[in-house]
Amino acid sequence: MTEPVLTAFVREPGGFTLEASIRHGAYEGLRKALAMEPGRVIEAVKASGLRGRGGAGFPTGMKWGFVPKDSPGPKYVCCNADESEPGTFKDHVLMERNPHLVLEGVAIACYAIGARTGYIYIRGEFLHVAEVLESAIAEARAAGCLGRGILGSAFDCEIHVHRGAGAYEAGEESALLESLEGRRAQPRLRPPFPAVVGLYGCPTVINNVETLANVPLVLAKGPEWFAAIGPEQNTGPKLFCVSGHVARPGVYEASMHTTLRELIYGYAGGIRGGRALKAVIPGGSSTPVLPPGAIDAPASFDGMIKAGSMLGSAAVIVMDDTTCMVWAAENLVHFYRHESCGKCTPCREGSDWMLKILQKIERGEGEMRDLGLLESVARNIAGKTLCPFGDAEVAPVLGTLEHFRHEYEAHVREGRCPFHAGWRRGR
Amino acid sequence: MSFHPKMSYGTGLHQSARERPDPGEPFAFTPERRARLEEIALRYPPDRRRSALLPALHLVQEQQGYVSARAMEHVAEVIGVTPAEVEDVVTYYTMFRSKPAGTYLLQVCRTLSCALNGAERVTDALARKLGIAPGETDATGMFTLVEVECLGACDRGPVVMVNDGWHECVTPEGAERLVDELREKGTAALSGCHLRVEKP
Ligand SMILES: Cc1cc2nc3c(=O)[nH]c(=O)nc-3n(C[C@H](O)[C@H](O)[C@H](O)COP(=O)(O)O)c2cc1C
Ligand code: FES
Repeated sequence: MTEPVLTAFVREPGGFTLEASIRHGAYEGLRKALAMEPGRVIEAVKASGLRGRGGAGFPTGMKWGFVPKDSPGPKYVCCNADESEPGTFKDHVLMERNPHLVLEGVAIACYAIGARTGYIYIRGEFLHVAEVLESAIAEARAAGCLGRGILGSAFDCEIHVHRGAGAYEAGEESALLESLEGRRAQPRLRPPFPAVVGLYGCPTVINNVETLANVPLVLAKGPEWFAAIGPEQNTGPKLFCVSGHVARPGVYEASMHTTLRELIYGYAGGIRGGRALKAVIPGGSSTPVLPPGAIDAPASFDGMIKAGSMLGSAAVIVMDDTTCMVWAAENLVHFYRHESCGKCTPCREGSDWMLKILQKIERGEGEMRDLGLLESVARNIAGKTLCPFGDAEVAPVLGTLEHFRHEYEAHVREGRCPFHAGWRRGR
Repeated sequence: MSFHPKMSYGTGLHQSARERPDPGEPFAFTPERRARLEEIALRYPPDRRRSALLPALHLVQEQQGYVSARAMEHVAEVIGVTPAEVEDVVTYYTMFRSKPAGTYLLQVCRTLSCALNGAERVTDALARKLGIAPGETDATGMFTLVEVECLGACDRGPVVMVNDGWHECVTPEGAERLVDELREKGTAALSGCHLRVEKP
């Protein structure tokens, strides 16, 4: 078990203020970065092995390296604080309790790629969090940690908070840019990638909140320190969100050596009421569900792929043996049907048909051929859309069909849902 | 001109399902809100004023509780886009309402982590207590009940968002109590976000 660094002081009253943050070493990473050539900052981030915490695990230093060095116009950094992947609530803690770490990360990213403006795109429902960020920005500006001539250097950098207004798709990087430009949050065709043509047509880096919060640590403590935490190519401290049927749901900081079993039975105190584990979604609603036999795999980017799922946003949703897996798939597909932006036909229409079939089976009116139909609809969505939303919305369906097909069949055979969990409607 | 001369346009299946937004009362930003909007607009490049559209609509909703057609026209003028472009944005984002809601908008999260902790029963308890179905406003005009998708607080589920505030770890009984307490002391009845450890 490694000592928490990202969340070490989140329970301390007043820990979010500039005064307390500086006492805990805030803006030291930025100070070191400003004494380096921007290219060397990118090298340091590459050497740390830091991979994006927003879902895809893309190497952060490499992403920054794609920004053209010689482009004459402005460049931008966008911090993705949309946090709308169901099961995810980690960026929330960082922004509310450690906002200066996030601001410092954004400022270092700006310096590294040659940007002077960073936008934090935060989901509209996080009004109270946006207020914390706004006042942290004001404090940092007044102290010379942001604004003109940062920390006595020649580097100017402004950071602004931009509130969304309720749209999961706004978390997708190109849809985020559309939303920031005052339009519907719908994805753009790529290439060109945002690193070349992004916000307002300018080179733009988009990173998750947790990704950027790790950057000051890389600079302050060194890439070697960072790379020594966790397995090879899965480096650095990681936040895990554990929710569902566990005794102590919450955000836990650990290395990616940690297994799903340790997260569920150690950190989160085991299954509530001493019941048995039935299934776990390891990385948010967009990642396929895993059966109990898979929980000894490390919760790392590579470990979860090997186990047949993905680390995604490290949102571990735990379900006990009272849970109906057809109902769980229906619940998540309802989410995707509601959130589909409507731009691509397979995603928009397909989510509606998947929901109709799942509801029919859950009501006890399904036929055996509906299982094949459901799978066929899902396979005709994945990979056929402009953004990965399509792949995301089929994960609950394909994952449950793979590991819990017998439950679907039981619904059809018995003509009803065989589960009677007391926490559900009408049970 | 039409290349389907036998088809009865404007009736039956081919009728547009588009709902016209509620026109509402004449609308203009209060001077303070207009000044705040201009301050926000400075965060974006001068030729990218459209980026201030979402903030402008949040201000409209703060002022009149929803976004009427007249407000959309006003925002279009202030931002420098067409009213159709504003309506396009308003109708996309779930937080913008084109109809007025009750004094307290009860938004119950229905997504998986909250549902595993009994969100369906919380919604049912609220519906029974208020005598309405989700999506409706009660007879007094005080409460509107809706179901929403994941709010990003899944470890504290079921979560109910009331206007802009949060109420966490809600049980069916707690939900009924919340209605009574909202009537008595307003949004002071809410638990707020558990991360605010500073609160008394
Ligand atoms: C439908 C959809 C929703 C997404 N939502 C989020 C989100 O809420 N927060 C986030 O950081 N990334 C989200 N992403 C991932 C982003 O597109 C992007 O990959 C990420 O912000 C990059 O940051 P990183 O390299 O630091 O991980 C989403 C992707 C998709 C396809
Ligand atoms: S599932 Fe309800 S807040 Fe995430």
